[in-house]
Amino acid sequence: MKSDKPSGRKGCSCTITSAKSDRRSFLKGLSIAAAAGSAALATGCIPDVNAATSEEMKLRWQEFFKDNYRLMTQEEKDATIARLERLAKLQDDLDIQMSNDPPIDRVLYGYAFNITRCEGFMECVSACVKENNLDRKTNTQYIRIFEMEPGNLDPSTGDGQYFHKVPVENKFYMGTQCFHCENAPCTKACPIKATWTEPDGIVVVDYDWCIGCRYCQAACPYYGRRFNWGKPEIPKEEVTTKQHYLGNRIRPKGKMEKCTFCIQRTRTGQLPACVEACPTGSRVFGNLLDPDSEIRFVLKHKKVFRMKEELGTEPKFWFFID
Amino acid sequence: MRAVQERNLATFFIDGIRWNLQGGLSFQIFRVVLLIFMGFGIYAYSFQARYGLEVTGMNDIVSWGFYISNFTFLVGVAAAAVMLILPAYVFHDPDFHRVVIIGEGVAVGALVMCLTFILVDLGGPLQAWHLIPVIGIFNFPSSILAWDVLVLNGYLLLNALVPAYILYSHYKGRKPDERKYRPFVFLSIFWAFSIHMVTAFLYQGLPARPFWNNPLMGPRFLASAFAAGPALITLILAVIHSTTNYKIDRSVFNKLRLIIVISAIINLIMLFSEVFKEFYFPTHHSSSAVYLFFGMDGHDSLVPWIWTSVCVNLLATIVLALNPGKNNPKVLLPACFFLFVAIWMEKGIGLIVPGLIPSPLGEVVDYLPTWVELFVTLGIFALGITVVTWLIRAALIIEERYNTTG
Repeated sequence: MKSDKPSGRKGCSCTITSAKSDRRSFLKGLSIAAAAGSAALATGCIPDVNAATSEEMKLRWQEFFKDNYRLMTQEEKDATIARLERLAKLQDDLDIQMSNDPPIDRVLYGYAFNITRCEGFMECVSACVKENNLDRKTNTQYIRIFEMEPGNLDPSTGDGQYFHKVPVENKFYMGTQCFHCENAPCTKACPIKATWTEPDGIVVVDYDWCIGCRYCQAACPYYGRRFNWGKPEIPKEEVTTKQHYLGNRIRPKGKMEKCTFCIQRTRTGQLPACVEACPTGSRVFGNLLDPDSEIRFVLKHKKVFRMKEELGTEPKFWFFID
Repeated sequence: MRAVQERNLATFFIDGIRWNLQGGLSFQIFRVVLLIFMGFGIYAYSFQARYGLEVTGMNDIVSWGFYISNFTFLVGVAAAAVMLILPAYVFHDPDFHRVVIIGEGVAVGALVMCLTFILVDLGGPLQAWHLIPVIGIFNFPSSILAWDVLVLNGYLLLNALVPAYILYSHYKGRKPDERKYRPFVFLSIFWAFSIHMVTAFLYQGLPARPFWNNPLMGPRFLASAFAAGPALITLILAVIHSTTNYKIDRSVFNKLRLIIVISAIINLIMLFSEVFKEFYFPTHHSSSAVYLFFGMDGHDSLVPWIWTSVCVNLLATIVLALNPGKNNPKVLLPACFFLFVAIWMEKGIGLIVPGLIPSPLGEVVDYLPTWVELFVTLGIFALGITVVTWLIRAALIIEERYNTTG
């Protein structure tokens, strides 16, 4: 942890953003209320215009007119992450380190899930929520775990809301998340190329380019995408500060987000948070192009299947049975 | 009334605005009421702009709601103008020639509402410029939504510019040159079908949603649109006939009734065909239809909605087809109104929301729009009605006072 300086608001259960704007609106009092009328529209879209410093306004202005990530030069990518780091400091007093690590050569990520081993502890879910800075207010989760009756292999027949001691006798567990399809219906649907498949097989979203039309969400047959219906709220002390532009950085409101195989970790050679957290070893992640990888071993020696294979989406996520 | 030599493009617009600001007391009250509704809409939208779409009833499962439902329905209303354009310009039907301008006005109003509904549904409306070709990026031709943006804006242009040219010619006291506008009329006829087919393909092209992934979707969109649109135009013509000096011939109403009846019957046949497919041998692809018509896992908020719609639709179609009052407007006009409402219920919420329920992972939730969505929608309808009345009022005055060419 890089910041030892105790923050005045640390430990407060309020969220980073609302704590600040509450105080501001209290101080500004009626003057804001008076300006509300038509200004409410603008302040809603560009939050807290009244209180922004000129540096913050300038950074926001530059951010507003930046290009789609894929069209940026390396200099522009470095400039935008520098701006975003500075804005996080100015707006939320957060010291984040954002990377724009490119894909590694000769790497194509794949994932396998052992339905024999998983016992439904949901450690993966909590690790994912923490690692990826998911909104705590609406309890956003990329991973869903379904408690399944024997005889079924379709999660829609299972119970995704179970809340009891696990494992239960004669049940098994299946996890879903974004499957990073080779033939992804979501990227095809996006009207502005704000979501695409990276060369290492990860389907990502450019949160700043996304306009929030949610067509990709309608197009996904696996319920793999989540929308920021409001501004995400994360207690300040729980924010993961090691971030990636296409990964776990805190999303603006009104943008789509999804599992990125923890791009901020996997592109530096680490495992995704869910794989690392799993206490039963049900989750296997690795490079599909490496013949010696564990994922290749699973694909070669286990009985594997994929969800809704008839749709031809070619998920890079296999379920397997020991 | 200005003399011919004083009339130019500037006075064309100035007169258009001037005529709209004049008018009797009841007309002014009507205007003010619409303005108040738009004010409600802006007020409600300010919450959405500030807090995001969390103030709506939508969520990750029902990710499209009331806005997109109304958008989908109104695309049909816009496309239905072609049912007046086709006989008027192509077959030179004199009755329709007199009312075609009204149909085009309705199309422009409907398109303005469509585009506004899309805009208010966006999570990042300030980023909407990413959709503008050249300065943004267009995922063309793979994204059907990109196609939809193109065809809707193109249709808006066609439906605004062709009548504007004809009206301006009449305003100047000349005969519009048919060679100049006729190609665009033909283009707009094809375009009308395309806006509806493309909007249907928006849903039809999603294998993730079996309820929408159905080849009947496009044709059924057209059939329901050609029933609901002319039904609305009939009502508007009746209002114009009874409140202005612009009298509309009875034969127009009779011909419109024929169009409505044929389209409504085709629509019902297609509905029956869909219902048969879903329920004769239900598969797991039928679960959305089961949810819609009978409810599922204790969630049944759409059941009364869809049955009301189907019953009203059936009754209105029968009344329009059998014509029990022998062309009595007191029978036919309410039938048109109820048919319009029934199709709005079915092709709006009744089509969009169940397509998303149950979720691809089998979860069932109910969707109810919040007050924000209702008021924003009210505001957008008021905006659309305002646009339609402004255009039609200006158009009718020009046709009455200046059109010497006949």
